[in-house]
Amino acid sequence: MRAALKPLFDPLLRDNPVTVQILGICSALAVTTSMTTALTMSLALTAVLVASSAVISLIRRHIPAQIRLILQITIIAAMVIVADLILQAYAYAISQRLSIFVSLIVTNCIVLGRAEAFAMSHPVGPSILDALGNGAGYSAILMVIAFLRELLGFGTLFGATIFPTVADGGWYQPFGFMLLAPSAFMLLGLLVWALRSWRSEQVEPASTRVDREEALS
Amino acid sequence: MTDLFLRAVFADNLILSFFLGVCTFLAVSKRVETALGLGAAIIVILTITVPVNQLILTWLLAPGAWGWIGAGEVDLTFLRLIAFIGVIAAMVQVLEMVLDRFAPALYAALGIYLPLITVNCAILGGSLFMAERSYGFGESIVFGFGSGLGWALAIVALAAIRERLAYADMPAGLRGLGMTFIVTGLMSMAFTAFATMAAP
Repeated sequence: MRAALKPLFDPLLRDNPVTVQILGICSALAVTTSMTTALTMSLALTAVLVASSAVISLIRRHIPAQIRLILQITIIAAMVIVADLILQAYAYAISQRLSIFVSLIVTNCIVLGRAEAFAMSHPVGPSILDALGNGAGYSAILMVIAFLRELLGFGTLFGATIFPTVADGGWYQPFGFMLLAPSAFMLLGLLVWALRSWRSEQVEPASTRVDREEALS
Repeated sequence: MTDLFLRAVFADNLILSFFLGVCTFLAVSKRVETALGLGAAIIVILTITVPVNQLILTWLLAPGAWGWIGAGEVDLTFLRLIAFIGVIAAMVQVLEMVLDRFAPALYAALGIYLPLITVNCAILGGSLFMAERSYGFGESIVFGFGSGLGWALAIVALAAIRERLAYADMPAGLRGLGMTFIVTGLMSMAFTAFATMAAP
């Protein structure tokens, strides 16, 4: 049972796609100024990831190796278009705030990475679990960063006031820096630091640039 | 136009204020030479794909684009994502062949990263921003070149910093990824200071 659920739970912490594999950060940061947009983005990505992994895994025996990347990208793009249209139909205001970032799920390395690394070589069931796990691992990082940025930047969570701001007669002076782009990079850096201090097996080996380049090539 | 250019390079820098292409940005910024090569490839690809996608969007996909054959009500904008990716993949393929023929050293240095440009968020993001902000043909050339230049500038700067960071003594957990993020954050702060340059 544990082994069967490994693809689901591993990506949450031990093999997190964002902090360990450094995938899919592009979109992960731009939407984290509020928890609402971060949650919508997480749901959209997870839905696209599960749907595309399931489809690709279903037809994996019929995909010729030479054109597999094009096929995978086309399937993913179709899923993203559907997700984008659903968002525009049922949550227009949020889809406007997410602007181009839902479309950019197409180029999110997590989606193509899971399709190529897992769904192409595993049956449908494990592929869906793997997609769910990776989606959840990505969402967890996104939500932690959005939590800090919205709470410190606006004093709210999901738009509900937690710290009454000075402008509204409260005591909290909003930390405007949290709403600017640099804070997202720094928070993610600090989060990676915290995670790696806790789970020291994720620490990168100390080495000079030269031997690392040589090890890579 | 100058205003648009400066904004694309500094204030609206694709990496530092929109987080586009961060995956490649982190992976290829260990050495200045590789970073320069990739930066050059990104400039070329963005300068070509944004205007080409602008033409495709205006003449094939936009509502009314098929008016000349009497199908004025056809609106294919929902296809723009697939069309953009197709154009980008084709352009990368062409650039790859051109480099292989005329600059084999650079081609070898870029290696796997060249095909990966296809799935680089910065390239697709450039075209999507063009569509979203409805740039004209001229503007999209300036925007494509400017944002490519901004991307290249950021990756070369980060690579130069990381070459020195390799010898720095820092807490084990911060080594590598963690420190790179914090340095990128500092660079991003520096670039927001340029925002006033573009402001009228």
